[in-house]
Amino acid sequence: MSKRLNLTLSVWRQAGPSAPGSFMTYHAKNIPDDASFLEMLDIVNEELIETGEVPIEFPHDCREGICGTCGVMINGRAHGQEKGTAACQLHMRKFSDGDTIVIEPWRARAFPIVRDLVVDRSPLDKIVAAGGYVSAPTGTAQDANETPIPKEVADSAMDAAACIGCGACVAACPNSAAQLFTSAKLWHLNSLPQGQAERFRRTEHMVETMEQFFGSCTNHGECTEACPKEISQDFIAYMNRDYIKSQIVNRKLAGQK
Amino acid sequence: MAAPTTTSAVTGGNSASRPLRPTQRKLPFPASLYQTAVGKKWVMALTGLMLIGFVLVHMAGNLKLYLGVVQHQGELIYDADAYGESLRELLVPIVPRTHLLWVLRLGLIGAFVLHIHSAYSLTRMNLATNFAYESKRDWLAANFASRSMRYTGVIFLAYLIFHLADLTWGLIPGYEWERGEIQHNVVGSLSNPVVAIIYVVANLALAMHIYHGIYSMFQSLGINNPRYNQLRRPLAIGVATIVLVGNVSFPIAVLTNIIEYDPSLLAG
Ligand code: FES
Repeated sequence: MSKRLNLTLSVWRQAGPSAPGSFMTYHAKNIPDDASFLEMLDIVNEELIETGEVPIEFPHDCREGICGTCGVMINGRAHGQEKGTAACQLHMRKFSDGDTIVIEPWRARAFPIVRDLVVDRSPLDKIVAAGGYVSAPTGTAQDANETPIPKEVADSAMDAAACIGCGACVAACPNSAAQLFTSAKLWHLNSLPQGQAERFRRTEHMVETMEQFFGSCTNHGECTEACPKEISQDFIAYMNRDYIKSQIVNRKLAGQK
Repeated sequence: MAAPTTTSAVTGGNSASRPLRPTQRKLPFPASLYQTAVGKKWVMALTGLMLIGFVLVHMAGNLKLYLGVVQHQGELIYDADAYGESLRELLVPIVPRTHLLWVLRLGLIGAFVLHIHSAYSLTRMNLATNFAYESKRDWLAANFASRSMRYTGVIFLAYLIFHLADLTWGLIPGYEWERGEIQHNVVGSLSNPVVAIIYVVANLALAMHIYHGIYSMFQSLGINNPRYNQLRRPLAIGVATIVLVGNVSFPIAVLTNIIEYDPSLLAG
């Protein structure tokens, strides 16, 4: 039999992008402690619907920590207090009976609020669209393992590719900078042989698109702490290095490294 | 029982797709580099490194204040004054007196201007892109030094102007300023407790600024090697401590008469 929790929620409610918003207090009663954070919100919403109130809008999809749709500030931390865990994987057993939980949407000028806790993160898509791909003239698929990739390189690319694009790094950053997201998307491709041909063009375009929407990194390190995939800030240094190179090297000679 | 009607898809309200910063016309290299925030951070890190180098040399030079009077070319002279003169005479047979010093000064002024301008424009960019939370933030990694860079920078800049007016230009009343008489001027200025306190406060701000600056510099320059990354914090703490201890020792030494100015010693 699981324990039951009674909690006080302070939730940001906002009817639309330009409507005024404010914190509203709700009582979450009788929450099983094996519920996830989002299931707790579901229970609160069911009650709101039954009493004829407008339920709280919050972002979610897979609820298994892989899609990057969920994400809210929980008591001043992106995705809540569990390190390396998305809000959908945060469980209520991490809270105690009687707790007050403050829930606020991601805040950044580039992420306007759609409603309540849902924000529009489409600028992140703009960054990926600017170069987060490998152009491959497709023909017959090549055999597996045709392109040898050392284990360390594959691991490093995979660490970067773990980014689920939730935007917690931007939300946690005092500057609303998207360096961790952009550098992860870049290193995912820039570290692999398939990504070399477009490496510097990709870096230049993605960084410059990023800077149209987001702030500048001042190396606080809040992003990695907030990241549900614990993506390392090392990638930010790699991105900075590649960007400076993209400006300095002669692209025709870039293949020589 | 009705299912909760929460949305997962983000629709409508496409205001997010409009850039917050308009695209500028791209200038030719290297100005194009400085047009971007990543490039500005690179310049900020390089100029910061130059300025830290200056601060260290300046502090080391001031240690001569402890040496008192020495025999220099057959004359009794305060070692600090002799050191000041030797800076003016750098490369003297090759270039005329004070010329190399001015080249170094111009380089330093250039580094200052770029460091301050990049900080100013990046701060403006960040003020335009960030959006403050209504609820209390729980900081996990950001520290006091990293969050106060713009304040420690401004505090130190204000002090720097005072410092130049005081010891380089002799504009601050309170003692008889004499051109080139370093020991006399430093002792005259710092024996005023108010000036000494201003000096200590400014150096605390400087040490904090240098601490986060050194830690941050490697990332901005793209210097990253997982084998050496753990040395960044100790290095930052070490350099900031050296600067703080060295610089703060001067006003304390003046107020406790360890560093003195006594004209009778020069009479020989
Ligand atoms: S809902 Fe998919 S990651 Fe949380």
